[in-house]
Amino acid sequence: MTLLPWSQAAPLLMLFSSFLAGIIIFTLDEQRHVLRATLNLGAAAAKLVLVGVVLAGVAAGQTFEVAWPLVGGLDLILRIDPLSMLFITLSAFLWFVTTVYAIGYLEGSPDRSRFFGFFSLCVTATVGIALAGNLLTFFFFYELLTLSTYPLVVHRGTAESLRAGRIYLMYALPASTALLAGIVGLAVLTGHTEFSPRGSGLAGVPVEDHGFELRLIFVLLIGGLAAKAALLPLHGWLPQAMVAPAPVSALLHAVAVVKAGAFGIMRVVYDVYGLELSYDLGLSQGLAVLAAATILYGSVRALAQDDLKRRLAWSTVSQVSYIILGVALAGPTATLGGLVHLVHQGIMKITLFFCAGNIAETHHVHKIAEMNGMGRRMPWTMAAFTIAALGMIGLPPTAGFISKWFLGVGAVEVGAWWVLVVLMVSSLLNAAYFLPLVYRAWFLPPDDATAGRADAKLTLLVPALVTAALTILLGLFANTPFTPLAWVRLIAEADHI
Amino acid sequence: MSLAPQVLPWAAALALALPLLAGAACFVVGGRTAAALALGVAVLSSAAGLVLAAGVADGGVQRLALGGWAPPLGIAWRIDGVAALAVALTGFIFAAVLVHAEKSLDLLRGEGLSEAFRPLALVLLGGLNALYMANDVFNLYVTLELVTLAAVGMVALAGDSAAALRYLLVGVIGALAYMLGCGLLYAAFGTLDLDLLAGRVQPGGTAGAALALMIVGVMAKGALFPLHGWLPPAHGSAVAPASALLSGVVAKGGFYVLLRLWLDVFPATGAAPAAAQILGTLGALAVLWGSLQAIRQTRLKVLLAYSTVAQLGYLMVSLPLIATAAGHASGLAGALHLMASHACAKAAMFLAAGSLIATRGHDCLADLKGAAHDHPMTAFTLGLAGMTLMGLPPSGGFIAKWLLLDASLRSGQWWWAAVILGGSLLAGVYVFLAVSWSMSRPPGEPSDSQPPPLPRRLEFAALALALVAMALGLVSAERIP
Repeated sequence: MTLLPWSQAAPLLMLFSSFLAGIIIFTLDEQRHVLRATLNLGAAAAKLVLVGVVLAGVAAGQTFEVAWPLVGGLDLILRIDPLSMLFITLSAFLWFVTTVYAIGYLEGSPDRSRFFGFFSLCVTATVGIALAGNLLTFFFFYELLTLSTYPLVVHRGTAESLRAGRIYLMYALPASTALLAGIVGLAVLTGHTEFSPRGSGLAGVPVEDHGFELRLIFVLLIGGLAAKAALLPLHGWLPQAMVAPAPVSALLHAVAVVKAGAFGIMRVVYDVYGLELSYDLGLSQGLAVLAAATILYGSVRALAQDDLKRRLAWSTVSQVSYIILGVALAGPTATLGGLVHLVHQGIMKITLFFCAGNIAETHHVHKIAEMNGMGRRMPWTMAAFTIAALGMIGLPPTAGFISKWFLGVGAVEVGAWWVLVVLMVSSLLNAAYFLPLVYRAWFLPPDDATAGRADAKLTLLVPALVTAALTILLGLFANTPFTPLAWVRLIAEADHI
Repeated sequence: MSLAPQVLPWAAALALALPLLAGAACFVVGGRTAAALALGVAVLSSAAGLVLAAGVADGGVQRLALGGWAPPLGIAWRIDGVAALAVALTGFIFAAVLVHAEKSLDLLRGEGLSEAFRPLALVLLGGLNALYMANDVFNLYVTLELVTLAAVGMVALAGDSAAALRYLLVGVIGALAYMLGCGLLYAAFGTLDLDLLAGRVQPGGTAGAALALMIVGVMAKGALFPLHGWLPPAHGSAVAPASALLSGVVAKGGFYVLLRLWLDVFPATGAAPAAAQILGTLGALAVLWGSLQAIRQTRLKVLLAYSTVAQLGYLMVSLPLIATAAGHASGLAGALHLMASHACAKAAMFLAAGSLIATRGHDCLADLKGAAHDHPMTAFTLGLAGMTLMGLPPSGGFIAKWLLLDASLRSGQWWWAAVILGGSLLAGVYVFLAVSWSMSRPPGEPSDSQPPPLPRRLEFAALALALVAMALGLVSAERIP
């Protein structure tokens, strides 16, 4: 008997490490807390190790691919390229951190086996999305992601969370129908749905004869992905979904869901159509305008929210579109900015949601108006929050600054001066909705003068501190090897863009 | 040397005769012996199907003449890959349902009902196996009649005689129409054998009228829109394991016969393109009507029954795709894949509904709150099987949907793609309605006190079916002949 060669085993192991953990956790008795936590952390750690090994391999130019024939001559393909590793490394790392957080957060609440089972499925789906070597495989896991997040969003079973879950599906299912229509259309038009560098897979299609079909398919694909990436006007579910437990918000906003949408848009623009064709058909310009509109609209709406998590959710609507803007601007530097923001936004936003969760869990504070003096009551949590908020605004030396810098330079490079205005206005708006909050927490006295100092417990605090520290480190050391920026440069050079 | 000539006739005979003999035996023996016998026969029948499938893969389509008399004098059975896999899958579904029924019927209706259920199920199994392998229009009639009678008996088990009677009446009228068509065909072309008919049928009024009558007949028996009215009350009121067999397997019988006629006899009449558009339109209406009705229901089983009406609509939509050269291959593969995966998924959902009725005493959606907390595996089964109805990956329904979409775009009939996509969105709504209540918590503090757990076999039987529906989503469609 011959074992699978490493180049095929590695993608499968990445997928199944969390899948098997999820299946076992489903069957666990509710009371087996220690075993469940061990499985969770063990699987997350195993995946991190695996990611580390594969990263070294990919950097050295190794290729990984495994395929399985599925339907209509198309295969399920799992393939590792630098772009997929960018997403996988992010989600594997954040999954680990979020698992620690979730174990602490859900202590003593019911149905934890169900929660962690779906949690693991969710990560499995995310890894599948990252590894997908063609659109068919991508869709396969994209739907799995929708279905495995739904039970997490409605986990609490209250009327409010059921409503949020319903709205989530109301956006997700029609969007995926559009996505599927686009994928089938592409398969019929070209005979495959492969991701290939610079969109060379479409090379055989005469653009002049099929301009209408190509545009229609692009709109269907991007429309289907935009619902997950919360692009205007398909963003409405995200602020609603903030009623979910904090670890789920982390998953939605940073690890998996919106990222899957943004990542899919990257794949379509870079690897299905290619930047040139997207530009020639007038598609990427439209996408850039839409992304810019989303950036501004999300920030304006965030300004008006009084609920902390809701404000953060609107901020995500705005921030994810930075990634899409970077992709759509189609210049080399803007591309770096967009890709690197995929990672930076994840790390900063997860910090913010962890902190919001800590504040709600420890002091039952949900409104911004109640945050006076929070810095004195929870100094560590608020320190992490402040760092991440400054990162979101884009102040140096945080990671957010790096993203915005490259986006701005990239915009000037392709002559899109209007983008600079968008970035400036958006940064001002970011400051306007984060700084008063930070001020309130540190400089105003607590409403209740007797309220003592009580920070969150360690399982909740440490994850937030780790990601906050990374927010600074990734900014400070952006130009050294082993940072997201270095990896993004590798993607741009070695790969395709 | 191939084993086929020695083994295959025995496997076919086993699948045809054993269930009927065992069904009779169940009247004589009872209790545990009969239960073991019924389950054993279902498993054997499934195994026979696998043997047949291996034989077909090895030696091509098999024709077996009864008593050595070849058509047109004798009667021939034909075993192709589809028939063989249908035998295998049907046996498996019956086995899972029998495992469930032995326990759940007692919980649902008190002792003794399973004594009546077993022989009916076995006769049904024998009838279906014969239906899959029949190769002449009269045999198709006889087997379809056998299936209908056993199915009516199953509906009557629950005590809803009105639904059973209506089913019977529609079945008889359908049978009459079909018989009349058979008579016309025989009068005009002198044979009932499908292979011979395919060569002899001439375009013209007689062939057209005969096939129209036969199609109307099988549409009535198979609950194809607009002759579907008997199905929701029958499947909704039958006892849950019976509904699982009826909605999962029996409901496809009518379409199976239609497909056989369609592929073998219809091309020669020259009427296929026009008929295909008409049947496809009726199918689109079935998808729309069945889904909207399913959305309106307040009881789980009736919702599932209307969903069957809608899913049968997709099968009819496949006909205009199969009728074109470009869409023939993927359209046919899609229809077959849909039949297989829907059979497993719908049976799983009815069994899961039966489990819930067994503990809660009813299936009103509004009062089924908290099931995901109380019986997570059953709620999970419902969701998993629901994915096939919605055509979401990784389920067999997704492969089917993909193939049908591919066929409609390839043949340039994008409007059928719109029907399929719209239908799956509506399916999303009713599956959501069927599943989402389980996630809501009843008012009050969540407690760790669990209600008495369901018997394991109830949960596992349904889950096994749902998992097979899921596994069909990972099997390459090209590997199914």
